[in-house]
Amino acid sequence: MTELRILTTGPLTTVQDLGRTGAAHIGVGVSGAADRGSFRLANRLVGNPEGYAGLEVTLGGLSLRAEHPLTVALTGADCPLAVDGYAAAPNTVLRVPAGGVLTVGTPSHGARGYLAVRGGVEVDPVLGSRATDTLSGLGPPPVSAGDVLPVGPAPAEFPLVDTAPVPAPPEGDLVLTVTPGPRADWFTGEALATLLGTGYRVTPESDRVGMRLDGPPLERRHGGELPSEGMVAGALQVPPSGRPTLFLADHPVTGGYPVIAVLRSTEVDRAAQARPGQRLWFRTRRGHGPFS
Amino acid sequence: MRILPLADSGLLVELDDLDSVHGLYTALRHQRIPGVVNLVPAARTLLLQLDPRHADPERIEHLVRRTPVEPGGLATEESLRIPVVYDGADLAEVAALTGLTERGVVEEHTGTEWRVAFGGFAPGFGYLTGGSARLEVPRRAESRTRVPRGSVGLAGSFSGVYPRSSPGGWQLIGHTELEIWRPDRDPPALLRPGVRVRFEEAG
Repeated sequence: MTELRILTTGPLTTVQDLGRTGAAHIGVGVSGAADRGSFRLANRLVGNPEGYAGLEVTLGGLSLRAEHPLTVALTGADCPLAVDGYAAAPNTVLRVPAGGVLTVGTPSHGARGYLAVRGGVEVDPVLGSRATDTLSGLGPPPVSAGDVLPVGPAPAEFPLVDTAPVPAPPEGDLVLTVTPGPRADWFTGEALATLLGTGYRVTPESDRVGMRLDGPPLERRHGGELPSEGMVAGALQVPPSGRPTLFLADHPVTGGYPVIAVLRSTEVDRAAQARPGQRLWFRTRRGHGPFS
Repeated sequence: MRILPLADSGLLVELDDLDSVHGLYTALRHQRIPGVVNLVPAARTLLLQLDPRHADPERIEHLVRRTPVEPGGLATEESLRIPVVYDGADLAEVAALTGLTERGVVEEHTGTEWRVAFGGFAPGFGYLTGGSARLEVPRRAESRTRVPRGSVGLAGSFSGVYPRSSPGGWQLIGHTELEIWRPDRDPPALLRPGVRVRFEEAG
């Protein structure tokens, strides 16, 4: 069996795929890659079906040795790459010879790199997925130095292109499209205007569960408690502090604080590449926002 | 019925009460609706989580509105007996809060049928409703950093069983050896929405 050996991991490297579905009624969230678009692209580059498991590398720091020849691709965050010390490009199909070492450095832009391996990372699935859910603990534990990960057999498809022309995740301010609601009516009119007219800074209290944002507090129209209700990735949930949390892949299945607006799904991918200190601006599709 | 969009990722259906939630959940769960990846029942809402690449929200909304919701629609007739040793760290506190004796707490807890209303706190956790009104107690003022797996607790009008060791703020009245959550078993969770539950004092 083909294997790869983890040498170093950086702050957090996890196995991810497109997550678990069909079990949210028993408290099992979807999880999976935080930036699904980049994850799918990595799989397509190496000729894998889009749902094969790969590695989500948070802020770089990963190095691994191919115990057998590997075909890999890295997408998402703009990480410097090297194969046996020779610089390599992201968003391209790379070959790592048997015994070769792939290093994924700290990205200059973006937060999460996606490493697809032709054949997929074949750790044991839990409830139909190999994703590590950092909130519930389902799936494999985070990857650590010394781990040997099995790689599955190569799929029938071959890589179709050598490179995908995608821009690196931007640095600086991000403008993200949201849909107000479902609980926008729990907030004052000014609160929605504030959300759509102010930049919110990503704080260091951000992980796969969600990003805590800092900016002007969003005031509620009235008190009272919302009965807990189902949540989605991209929801901007507002706790009593008034400062929103943007839910990502490992968000809780239900939550008891009102959601003032929800990001479009493709915008969740872009938000998942934002780093602490970056500012997020929200606008509606109709164009209410700072740059409209 | 009010249907609120969560961008392109979900449709949140607001209903009058838990019975209507269970009614709609029961009606929808056996239909395979293209693009719907999860159904999340809660106290007053049913969330349909969507795969934005495959869901047609307008069509799904239309389908939901046409689905007859029978109030009191029973989610399932499955029932479960949970043997409990009533030795919880907060049993005396619960007795003091309710004005019952410790024996009385056990009798109230085992004396009625409970039902899983919804999940959400953790994989395998079920919020149980329908118990004795005399057992209503607030959560603990201070959460515990670690509540052992199998702990049986009370909070508000709910009872519940901790599927795994985790932090928690419920008042603990006992524990069960029954494995209510095992990811490698089918079904992984014994406490699914609609399941009827009887607590029994373990000998």
